[in-house]
Amino acid sequence: MKTTGLITRRRAIVAGLASIGGLAAARLPRDLPPSYGNLLRMGDTLTYAAHRTLLPAGSLVREYSVGDLTSFPAIGTTNPAVSVKSALGEEYRRHQAGAFADWRLAVEGRVARPRAFSLAELKQLPSRTQITRHTCEEGWTAIGQWTGVPLSLVLDAVGILPTARFVVLRSVDDWIDSIDLIDALHPQTILAYGMNGGDLPIAHGAPVRLRLETQIGSKSMKYLRRLVVSDEFDDGGMSGSIQNGWAWYNGI
Amino acid sequence: MDEAGGHARWVRVSHWIGAASLLVLAVTGFVILMAHPRLYWGEAGNDLTPALLELPISRNHQHGGWDTPRPFFARPGAPVSASRTVHIFNQNGWGRSLHFLAAWGLFVTGALYLVGGLSGGHFRSRVWPGARELRPGVVGRHIVDHLRLRIPRATGGPRYNVLQKIAYSLVIFVAAPLMVLTGLAMSPTIGAAFNWLPRLFGGHQSARTIHFVAFVLLVLFVLVHVAMVWASGFRRQMRAMTVGE
Repeated sequence: MKTTGLITRRRAIVAGLASIGGLAAARLPRDLPPSYGNLLRMGDTLTYAAHRTLLPAGSLVREYSVGDLTSFPAIGTTNPAVSVKSALGEEYRRHQAGAFADWRLAVEGRVARPRAFSLAELKQLPSRTQITRHTCEEGWTAIGQWTGVPLSLVLDAVGILPTARFVVLRSVDDWIDSIDLIDALHPQTILAYGMNGGDLPIAHGAPVRLRLETQIGSKSMKYLRRLVVSDEFDDGGMSGSIQNGWAWYNGI
Repeated sequence: MDEAGGHARWVRVSHWIGAASLLVLAVTGFVILMAHPRLYWGEAGNDLTPALLELPISRNHQHGGWDTPRPFFARPGAPVSASRTVHIFNQNGWGRSLHFLAAWGLFVTGALYLVGGLSGGHFRSRVWPGARELRPGVVGRHIVDHLRLRIPRATGGPRYNVLQKIAYSLVIFVAAPLMVLTGLAMSPTIGAAFNWLPRLFGGHQSARTIHFVAFVLLVLFVLVHVAMVWASGFRRQMRAMTVGE
């Protein structure tokens, strides 16, 4: 069949797909999370790569009005002073007794000026209040109002180095998790110290929790104690969430 | 692509990839539902709010109930917070990840199938019911025949009767796209990129409820579909949809 010089339908489709592929490849994240040889994590990575490549970064989740606030379950750890049987639990008990005046959030790792923020110092930074939907992986949702400092401002204050790729989160109940910089720098990603107009309740992660609105609720870590800016992916490896079968990327 | 009465190869391949994906999606979807077998309408709903429908399914994780609810505001009917006690971790993460992996299988295969069906005239000439077939007399006669279990022998390929065409069209053009769209509407990242998508279905929980209703209808379709394959000649039909004829 002679098709020289003709724009066949097949050629048009191939050329079209190739140019889409070229554009997509340019947006593919440089650091895909490891799969640990787990087929399900490979599927998660496909979703992660597709979201990061195809969707605009920084688009905002829907925000609601005060009239939309709903009842809000507290699950998982709901009071580390009672349930965390370690030095961390003991320390939390002391902070709780002292209204978190001596509590500090360490922000370190690949940053120019590592620093430990007190609650008062976080509150001095410009704040953001947002009414958003918490989407639990179990299937339920709840609408709450959150007040806190955008994580991007905290990261600006410590000066993240150009090689940084992830923010690793550590909590009082000794969880480890991490998020990429697209989520960390998202305008609605905040370190929340207030909920529904009051202080953040103990059950919801006092004194400070993450609100990451573009992922499933369990990524919004409660009881933060340390943030580590990192060049490398770290989600606790085989002793992290994967032992419960949980995904690292929960944008879906 | 010889189609002298038989199923084309691309139809057979996409049928089985689609069927395998649907099976995995149905099982893992049920596992996900077991974590919270309550359905709601609107954006939000949880154990502290009334349910539209509470399904009689036992949960796949245990906890010790809720402590005393504490109101967020000092007014009657104010939203409350309550803590779940004696928490045992659910390990449903695998169900979610496998659900999404199978969804990729259905999505990619479904997209290629739609392109193939639209561009090659497969839908227009064989699947989409014509105006003449849709006359009440014709449809009525087919319904009566089916109810009397007078099932025509397998044709081994796409010469579908009007009831088949209606059923396949509803699955291909209504139920499957609805499944994909309501599924995507529940993703926080997709919802951020396309705010209109959850709104289109009346909110996140409405999308979840529609996703469940469409799942039930698809399961019913599969049961009837398999029953009809059985009734019309299982061996011939399976041969036609696997190796082809």
